[in-house]
Amino acid sequence: MQTLLDCHKACKVKVIKLNAKTDLKQRLISFGIMKEATIEVLEHAPAKSTIEVKVGKMRIALRAQEAKLIEVEKI
Amino acid sequence: MKQVEAKSCPIIANHIKVALVGQPNVGKSMLINSVSNAHLHVGNFSGVTVDKTEVLFDYKEYHFTVVDLPGTYAFTDYTIEERVTHEYLCAENYDIIINVVDSTNLEKNLQLTSELLTMSKKVVIALNMSDEAKKENIEIDATYMEELIGVPCVKVSAATKEGIEDLIEAVTLKHESEKNKPKLIFSEPVEEEISQIVWYLDKHKFKAENSHRNIAINLLKGNKKTYAKLHDEPIWVELQPILIEASRHIELHHDSDDIKEAFAEEYASFNRGIVAEVVKQKHQQEKKTVTEKIDSILIHPVLGIPIFLFFMWSLFQLTFEIGAIPMDYIDMFFSWFGDTIGSTIANDDIRSLIVDGIIAGVGAVVLFVPNIIILFIGIALLESTGYMSRVAFLLDGFFHKFGLHGQSFIPLVTGFGCSIPAYMSARILKNDRDRLLTLFIIGFMSCGARLPVYVLFAGAFFSPEMAGNILFVIYISGAMLGLIAAKVLKLTAFKGVDEPFVMEMPKYRLPSVKLIWHTVLTKTMMYLKKAGTFIAAASMLVWFLSNYPHNLALEESYASKIEVAVDTSTKEDLKFELDELLLEQSYLGTIGKFSEPLFAPLGFDWKMSVALQTGLAAKEVVVSTLGVLYSLGGDVDEENNSLMGAISQNISFASAIAFIVVIMIYLPCLAASVVFTREAGHIKYFFYLFAFTSIVAYVMAFIAYNVTLFLT
Repeated sequence: MQTLLDCHKACKVKVIKLNAKTDLKQRLISFGIMKEATIEVLEHAPAKSTIEVKVGKMRIALRAQEAKLIEVEKI
Repeated sequence: MKQVEAKSCPIIANHIKVALVGQPNVGKSMLINSVSNAHLHVGNFSGVTVDKTEVLFDYKEYHFTVVDLPGTYAFTDYTIEERVTHEYLCAENYDIIINVVDSTNLEKNLQLTSELLTMSKKVVIALNMSDEAKKENIEIDATYMEELIGVPCVKVSAATKEGIEDLIEAVTLKHESEKNKPKLIFSEPVEEEISQIVWYLDKHKFKAENSHRNIAINLLKGNKKTYAKLHDEPIWVELQPILIEASRHIELHHDSDDIKEAFAEEYASFNRGIVAEVVKQKHQQEKKTVTEKIDSILIHPVLGIPIFLFFMWSLFQLTFEIGAIPMDYIDMFFSWFGDTIGSTIANDDIRSLIVDGIIAGVGAVVLFVPNIIILFIGIALLESTGYMSRVAFLLDGFFHKFGLHGQSFIPLVTGFGCSIPAYMSARILKNDRDRLLTLFIIGFMSCGARLPVYVLFAGAFFSPEMAGNILFVIYISGAMLGLIAAKVLKLTAFKGVDEPFVMEMPKYRLPSVKLIWHTVLTKTMMYLKKAGTFIAAASMLVWFLSNYPHNLALEESYASKIEVAVDTSTKEDLKFELDELLLEQSYLGTIGKFSEPLFAPLGFDWKMSVALQTGLAAKEVVVSTLGVLYSLGGDVDEENNSLMGAISQNISFASAIAFIVVIMIYLPCLAASVVFTREAGHIKYFFYLFAFTSIVAYVMAFIAYNVTLFLT
């Protein structure tokens, strides 16, 4: 299983599943991170504690723990 | 009676109340600024932490009231902003919604729009930032879009003021016309279930304000409010099995066990459809946008943090260098003002109350206004340019180790200046628990007012070359203690699941001067009003406690002694002696004597105990209290060598260390405590803070005292 956290910089992936609990899932969805959405990894913070991704035209910062909950596949 | 009502609640025939709604960073505040012209009236609702802003203006024969609601991504109650907006939209009275959307990112913005459309309210969509869209070669067919969703869509630009008039015109027209029937269309299986429920509601002629279709959608989405309403109806018994079946079908169709997720996907595909129809973007080759270029430097894994530290350092330099310039003048003004007013009052007690109590106290607060303005401008700049989110991104990793959030950094750093703006800037933290935790440890960052105390004690016990280093050690160890305290609090009082960190990184934007001026002005006025009224009251209290009860016999005996005395220095000495004796038998002195046993394990005498307690009003008072108590007269400052001498003679080294530790940790000044209570949202948090800081201060001071005793 590949998660968003495993992705390298500049790699593009498609979301397969959100393994988050209801609240966080709603939050992710409201940011456009949902099934079938395309995500591009833009930047990693030092020690990969936080990552910056691009969904549609929006840039979003996620903590590693949250990124781990997003199941993705390469496209 | 009727007249009063009409005045306080101006809902008259030609009045339109508009709720301004939109996702964060779509330029709502800027739009509201360009909509209303000269007659700008801005008032703040007394929300706990998030303020809704209301703007009034006239257009043609209508009075407009526009309520600027906090930005929200969707109808989830995740952050305080979202809760405020959601509750307002569902429960308050208003006539029409203006939904502000960012034309350059329409698909994302329509997510909120599609939720608004299920509310059975009149909606007008403002396609904001149309000038930016033009630059990016994005073309939106507003007429076609209007036809597709069934609500008026107007292209506007808050920056260039294009289309503002059209927008207000559209609002007026919409207000006069019928409620719109938005054309929100779902996938076939969902539509089937909706019509099933609608058919059932129709059959039973169910009466409701909202349309049957919207009720059906809200029921399927699991909207709690709709459920609560229908739950008490007799038709519920039959409706429930239909609903369960319908939800199961939809979940099956979406291959998900979460109906909300399923609906989010429905909305998303509807929005994709709209965007595909109305938006035409001339194809551009994939080149880096300005934001991406700036980001490649500012959030660079290696350079990012040094750059940020440099910005913060500059802000601090500005705050305290430039802020110090008008401070002398303000100080001069207040002492002149106090003297002038004082000379007109004959009664000694009243004069003392007004000059030494109120004017001196309020003056001390006004003194910090220049600092606060500069700090607020800096913070407004950081926020409105979009840099704040980058800082949170860079620092979250480090702060998370201590249970803090990336965005906690700004309030904590501000705390080195003054705790009051620090507490206020903690509002940037969206999550309640993160914000509370940050509020609790801001006090560990030694504020500017504690500096005089440190300077005094460091000077008294260390050589001048060492004193500077000692100061640095005090500040650093305060900050470290703060981080440790955060960790401890996180593991105990604020235990729980880590709050997720999911945050938008907005585009970089040039800040609007008008908007910054506006924000800084409101915030500064609030500071002046709240802290000012409060500090006036507090100063009166401290003044009273240190001046009463009068001991006439003592005063008279000294008055005669002073008269007899020959040279001026004896007279001065006698005056100080009188001051000390008077203070000792004042209420404050009584409190000091009474609390002496409590502080004895830390090696404090009653004078130090009193100084700590007056320090609760303001930390600057600690030095002047010590001055009075050690027979030196009221107006001493930290550079007074004889006070340093008196302290090094009268106070043991170990007690001094313990005293510094207490000053470092215990409750910030009264004004700051009031702001803390307001920002935390409940008085109980003040008592928690009081207990927490007192216990930590006491324990740490006890340890420091005994370790120092052991070592020396």
